[in-house]
Amino acid sequence: MATTKTPDTLLRILDYSTRADPYPLYAELRETPVALQGDGSYVISTYRELTDILHNPHLSSDVRNLSHPVEAFERSGTPAFINLDPPEHDRLRRMAMRHFGPPHTPGLVAGLEPDLTATVGSLIDDFVGKEQIDIVDDFAYPFPVTVICHLLGVPREDEPRFHLWVNAIIDSIDYNPKTDPKEKLTNGQQATTDLREFLGGLVEQRHGRPGDDLLSRLANDDGPDGRMTDDEIVATANLLLIAGHETTVNLIANGMLTLLRHPQVLRRLRDEPGLVVRLVEELLRYEPPVHIIPWRASYSDITVADTTIPKGSRIILMPASGSRDPNRFHDPDRFDPDRRDNQHLGFGSGIHLCFGGPLARRETQIALNELVRRLDRPRLVADPPPYRRSPVLRGPIHLHIEQGDG
Amino acid sequence: MTGADILRAFKRDGRIVVVGASLAGLRAAEALRDEGFTGSLTMIGDELGEPYDRPPLSKQVLTGWVPADGTKLPRRRDIDAEWLLGVPASGLDLATDHVRLADGREVPFDRVLIATGVRARPWFVESEAALDGVFVVRTREHAEGLQRALAAGPSRVLVIGAGFTGSEIASICRERNIPVTVAELAPGPLVGALGAMIGEIAADMQRAHGVDLRCGVKVTRLEGDEQGRFRRAHFDDGTTIDADVAVVALGGIRNTEWLRDSGLAVGVWGIACDTGCRALDLNGLITDNIFVAGDVARCPNPIYEYRLISLEHWANAVEQAEVAAHNMVSGQADRWPHLSIPLFWSIQFGVNIKSVGVPTFADEVVVVQGSVTDRRFVAAYGYRGRVTAAVSFNNAKWLDHYRQLIETAAPFPPPCPTPDQPADMKPVPVDFPGPTLLAQGATVVVTGHDPSERRVTSVQRHR
Repeated sequence: MATTKTPDTLLRILDYSTRADPYPLYAELRETPVALQGDGSYVISTYRELTDILHNPHLSSDVRNLSHPVEAFERSGTPAFINLDPPEHDRLRRMAMRHFGPPHTPGLVAGLEPDLTATVGSLIDDFVGKEQIDIVDDFAYPFPVTVICHLLGVPREDEPRFHLWVNAIIDSIDYNPKTDPKEKLTNGQQATTDLREFLGGLVEQRHGRPGDDLLSRLANDDGPDGRMTDDEIVATANLLLIAGHETTVNLIANGMLTLLRHPQVLRRLRDEPGLVVRLVEELLRYEPPVHIIPWRASYSDITVADTTIPKGSRIILMPASGSRDPNRFHDPDRFDPDRRDNQHLGFGSGIHLCFGGPLARRETQIALNELVRRLDRPRLVADPPPYRRSPVLRGPIHLHIEQGDG
Repeated sequence: MTGADILRAFKRDGRIVVVGASLAGLRAAEALRDEGFTGSLTMIGDELGEPYDRPPLSKQVLTGWVPADGTKLPRRRDIDAEWLLGVPASGLDLATDHVRLADGREVPFDRVLIATGVRARPWFVESEAALDGVFVVRTREHAEGLQRALAAGPSRVLVIGAGFTGSEIASICRERNIPVTVAELAPGPLVGALGAMIGEIAADMQRAHGVDLRCGVKVTRLEGDEQGRFRRAHFDDGTTIDADVAVVALGGIRNTEWLRDSGLAVGVWGIACDTGCRALDLNGLITDNIFVAGDVARCPNPIYEYRLISLEHWANAVEQAEVAAHNMVSGQADRWPHLSIPLFWSIQFGVNIKSVGVPTFADEVVVVQGSVTDRRFVAAYGYRGRVTAAVSFNNAKWLDHYRQLIETAAPFPPPCPTPDQPADMKPVPVDFPGPTLLAQGATVVVTGHDPSERRVTSVQRHR
């Protein structure tokens, strides 16, 4: 059952040459819903099995539960809640959510809307006079970064510094000891240390100075769970900062790319801005920003689709494949913004469901609406565009477009 | 004409009547149109106004956050129906296929869906129930009235019955800083639905929030003043309590009286049907054009030894309505069984309570994840060594896993450890109060000797 006919499918997915279109490989992967790999890890790629295991309390996000820890996972410092299990995960996520969403902070995302619209507007204003626009560098990257910095209370002028750190960290996520130079890992570890030190400095300044930004609120919290330690605040801020940097950018860039590949949908969105709500959900299914959850562990034996995964095994989840599973979605390889039955895995599922999902949704909705409203006959310069290295957080590294008569 | 021709003709211009214009009725109507039914569709409802959602009536409406008329159900599509609202159905004539309305009108049908739901069980003394300040909560008007009474700042509210609705209302009172007494016959709140262990936790939760909780007592009399205002309640232990508002939360009565002479298998537990939502007649024979969905449907569930179970759950109404609608316009071979695992939720005292399965179908219960003291846990229920239900307090995201355990008859107690497992994981008896329904006497008698003349006759059903 778990033995696959094509044992190298995952390796080919991880290989950069397949980055532009991994979907046929996902289909190949789905032929074995729970596939045992040569190194003893298990890949899960079908929708039902993914949703099952994401709600299974025996699945651990804590790498300390792996029987053979992988080098890349050996992180320094306090883990963020994304890498923890209940009860610690629940406590830290709850304490962070107090300041981000309902019931304690309802209306935060809605309250940001004027800022989001203004930021998007001014970035698009800067397109004027440019012959070519890079949707990634000129728009999809600076927009969410501005938003997450504002939200956390990280000074905007420090952005170039942590841009480098975040890139190094992301680069090291899919470190492969067999093929990658050791520096890829050590650079990532150094960047983690530097970024944490930088955030630690910010947290220290916030003590006793209540403010509206997330760092101030966390540093001065007096909620029912008490206050996070400084290390926990740094770990949380670090997580939100990286997630705020590296995911929405892909969703927006993938979104613009998808619209340019479906010009009739782009025209429709221009006439019918309300369509954007469903359209972004379809994007999260069709071209999601996060393709792979590369590290989960079985806390005890887990049976999925008649395969028993032994305790301590590494489990690799393929949510982007699950969202294209024909056993769950009708005509899954068609981009259909009118799709109604669309419980995609774009934000994951279960207790680790994307923390920033409501913000990412609204950011992308506003970004795409404004782009199609204000761009004049936008056209792709290269299709496919060049991609980032990461198969995990997948998206174009540049998305050059022309507009008007240029 | 072949069967397929007849079905096609029916889907094109047949007549479907839906009795009950609430959640199940509306969702069924929408599903019928989704299924391609283009014939005439008539919606009959005893309440005026558009279909609305009831769960917020004991929650957000009572806090004053959402106005009572702000809970209209979202329309998923246009249903192009004729609406006959404000008049209840009073009879069903299976010989001529008509629904009779209370005003004498008769509505003919080819197929009918019965979704008349439940009404609140009133206080048992009519004159006391009529006192100013005595409420039940089932309709929009009820919730609006109670909300106004709570907003007026009563000195104390008495909630009679600590089931889900009663507990939610007590929670709202505390949220609004109104003194509240809860009177419950059972040893604890929610005991009837979730058993003694959860009942104890729920009792602690209520008391920690300042509820004056009195268990094992019965309210015997509601006393009013000369102006007909509720003032005082008397308990069976001889004590009394002064309050300005009494909320009677003693569950519901299924709206089946109008079917008394219909010849269907109707009782206090609802209308018996098969998993395809087709009603059974009095003899237990299946009908072919009478369908049932929602709170009134009493449907066999194979997971629970094929017992007939009726559920007053939101999700059940939706799922059953969709299955019923599909089967109403499908041939025998294409019909679906309604086989979903029951699911419900409640919000009270800052805790999200959610349950999957049938907790009353259990002999043991065990906390499998989280911590009871933190009010953040999952408890699994088992019956003869298999998982039959689970309840979560602020831990709902795991319930899908327990639904699977129920569906696969997984062993109880669940054997494998989880990261968040309590140190002491020992199953305890589930301990439900006795099956009171069994004591209500026979509802039918069987007559005749020859197999061709054996028949069931009803004797008394409604109380």
